[in-house]
Amino acid sequence: MKIPFSPEQASTIAGSIDAIYLYIVAVTIFFTALIYGLVAVFAVQYRRKSPDEVPGAIHGHNGLEITWTVIPLIISMTMFIWGTVVFFHYARPPKDAQEIFVVGKQWMWKIQHPSGKREINELHVPINKPVRLKMTSEDVLHSFYIPAFRVKMDVIPGRYSSLWFEATRLGSYHLFCTEYCGTQHSGMIGKVHVLSQEDYQKWLETGSAANTPVPVSGQELFKTLNCATCHNSGSGALGPNLNGIYGKPVQLADGSTVTADDKYIRRSILKPADQVVAGYAALMPSYQGQVNEEQIMQLIEYIKGLKETSAPAPASATEV
Amino acid sequence: MNSSGKKTNYLNASHTLSSWFLTVDHKRIAILYLITISIFFFIGGLFAALIRLELLTPAGDLFKSDEYNKLFTLHGIVMIFFFLIPSVPAVLGNFLIPIMIGAKDLAFPRINLLSWYIYVIGATLATLAIMVGGVDTGWTFYTPYSTVYSNGAVALTIVGAFITGFSSILTGLNFLVTIHKMRAPGMTWFRLPLFVWAHYATSLIMVLATPVLASALFLLFLERVFHIGIFNPALGGDPVLFQHLFWFYSHPAVYIMILPSMGVMSELFAAFSRKRIFGYEFVACSSLAIAILGFFVWGHHMFVSGQSMYAGMVFSVLSFLVAIPSAVKAFNWSATLYKGSISYETPMLYAFGFIGLFTIGGLTGLFLSTMAVDVHVHDTYFVVAHFHYIMVGGVLMGYLGGLHYWWPKITGRLYPEAWAKLSALLVFVGFNLTFFPQFLLGYMGMPRRYHMYPEEFQVLNVCSSLGASVLGIGYFLPLVYFLWSLKFGKESPANPWGAKGLEWEIQSPPTTHNFDEIPVVTEEAYAYAKEDGKHHG
Ligand code: HEC
Ligand SMILES: [Cu+2]
Ligand SMILES: [Cu+2]
Repeated sequence: MKIPFSPEQASTIAGSIDAIYLYIVAVTIFFTALIYGLVAVFAVQYRRKSPDEVPGAIHGHNGLEITWTVIPLIISMTMFIWGTVVFFHYARPPKDAQEIFVVGKQWMWKIQHPSGKREINELHVPINKPVRLKMTSEDVLHSFYIPAFRVKMDVIPGRYSSLWFEATRLGSYHLFCTEYCGTQHSGMIGKVHVLSQEDYQKWLETGSAANTPVPVSGQELFKTLNCATCHNSGSGALGPNLNGIYGKPVQLADGSTVTADDKYIRRSILKPADQVVAGYAALMPSYQGQVNEEQIMQLIEYIKGLKETSAPAPASATEV
Repeated sequence: MNSSGKKTNYLNASHTLSSWFLTVDHKRIAILYLITISIFFFIGGLFAALIRLELLTPAGDLFKSDEYNKLFTLHGIVMIFFFLIPSVPAVLGNFLIPIMIGAKDLAFPRINLLSWYIYVIGATLATLAIMVGGVDTGWTFYTPYSTVYSNGAVALTIVGAFITGFSSILTGLNFLVTIHKMRAPGMTWFRLPLFVWAHYATSLIMVLATPVLASALFLLFLERVFHIGIFNPALGGDPVLFQHLFWFYSHPAVYIMILPSMGVMSELFAAFSRKRIFGYEFVACSSLAIAILGFFVWGHHMFVSGQSMYAGMVFSVLSFLVAIPSAVKAFNWSATLYKGSISYETPMLYAFGFIGLFTIGGLTGLFLSTMAVDVHVHDTYFVVAHFHYIMVGGVLMGYLGGLHYWWPKITGRLYPEAWAKLSALLVFVGFNLTFFPQFLLGYMGMPRRYHMYPEEFQVLNVCSSLGASVLGIGYFLPLVYFLWSLKFGKESPANPWGAKGLEWEIQSPPTTHNFDEIPVVTEEAYAYAKEDGKHHG
């Protein structure tokens, strides 16, 4: 069902958001009509009939006060609960969601699919499959908004935010930046194309020779940046073994424990001295300025894929 | 007393420039504010007109993007910091609070004058910033754009806004002390006009919230000028922290703007129905409830900023709660009309207009408090429409209604009623034409702060721009006939409306000291009827 003055409903969540919207619209119309009606009827009925007319005083009515406190309260709590339930669903991406990487920068969206395929200001997604965007910004705040999907999430420098959806209708839809980001803010727009799963696969494969899968790019970076010099899971390695660390707790030198998630790994690469692993010297150099946001995402994907049992990371050519 | 028998009033007491610029009379200071904020209102309005002109077409053909971005930024900054926040309190509050409570002046008359000077200095700096190139950060100054990437005169603007904040703090303090300490004998708390209650609640927010804005702006200044990493992630800062600090002030600031107008509404509904406000205590206490709850809802501006969903949940439920006291007020005002004696002079038309627009403004807040819906409409034109209904529909209707109601008291002249009614009508119609389409645009997905937009949004944007021209005429008319009335308006008697309240018991315009003798109050506010009806609840 398409409601007037609304974008198409092209995701699983769009319908539920529109339903809440219609409910609040109904409540709004009801109370607007009630207040307008009361004011209009009273204003006409009790208009001043003679200049010196003085009506009797009415102090108030506690019963009425309670009524018009409690009824709006109950109605608004139904909105709260419904809105929160749907929001929690929206805020928790399904485990099997396919990841796509998004980097916002003034004034474009750079997008990379796990297979390595890149696009700018366009996003191709398969229909009927949950997709999770992992997003960050190279400069200022942006916000990734697809009205037809009813989803929006701020894109923040120095952090990863995520947004998920499951497209339900083939077609092309608007993609907008909704956080003011400078001169070309209104030009930071694009299109989201929902393809059938087969077409999406085909699309991914076009020009695939040039595409390196994201974790493989990560592995290459790991070599060229000499990470492997220290992180080679050999016995005398200077740095900790990274195999299987993703998602696991890490004991730090200051006694605290952190989970090795995206944020932690990102920080380990850019500001290693901030969180030193227990038992190791703070030898790791900072890679700030040497890797961009996309490369950091690739490195993280590579480290994420290192299983406990993985073969030791290949030592780099410049090993001493 | 006939006009020739009137005593020297505060306006003709002396005519020198210094008697104005060094005055400590709260009424003259109110006039100083009236003149300065009116200037800023029309500057802000000019920016709005240019914005609406640009948005007539989807392409960015009238201005360059950078210019457009400066226009909406300046429109926001000028209207919020230099017009809306001071509007009702600094003009009507300043003029009326001492009179309404039976005092000769505010508690600290010199500080009151100082507030005005601080305001002028802040506003001048911001105007300078406009002249040396303007600012393009949006009135929200979000980091790290504002601290690192913007090329505008950000630092100067921030200093201007920072300084203006102190004007607000001092005014708030002055009102609080005045209301506590200077009430005439017999003027108990529950005999205060609701206008005074509303300003009491507003002053609490001004005093408690403004320092947080000041510190946020100060930190922003440090980062922008001295590159100290506070908000910029590249320097180890947290960009989202700024949003928390900013909204911790700026959400309550919405109530700084709207509560005083609500106070005006109570006065208007009582005067033009000749009745006590229905549920006086509930209306009085709802102002306090709004002021207090208003401090705990700032996170509703950040549902999609990556804040934890549980935090979002708490901010959402509190946002619904803060809506209830506003609803209570609207119901009580409507009920005041019941069995009243209602007349339709211009101030009452503005009061009806207020109810009409505030109801829609308030109810559309429910969409934004509902997290799931906010995900879709956040940072779209839906939000723009919502806050204009509150801040322009609500605040400005209250301000203009109040200005018409007390104009005879302030100036001693009557304004031309027919023209005034026309302006009230134009404002109401023009307002709805301008901003209602923006709700639709927002739900359709048009983001705010867009210089160019896809073609499917054009029709509604054209409606909006047409409405804005009607609205512009509606706002311009009062400027003309108010000025006209100063010379040609009929002289006003002490109480042209037959209204209750101490301000109507003294001559128009009042003498410099308001009262020859401090009055003794023996009855509640709005005691129109000789005795109570039998309807006591
Ligand atoms: C000079 C040796 C050296 C190089 C080169 C180096 N690291 Fe490290 N790395 C270390 C040491 C030592 C630690 C442990 C101390 C610390 O946390 O700073 C560490 C810690 C880490 C951790 C945290 C591991 C854990 O168990 O919590 C990660 C992730 C990491 N490095 C990734 C990288 C990546 C990616 C690169 C290449 C871009 C890299 N390192 C290059 C020495 C190095
Ligand atoms: Cu943007
Ligand atoms: Cu708010």
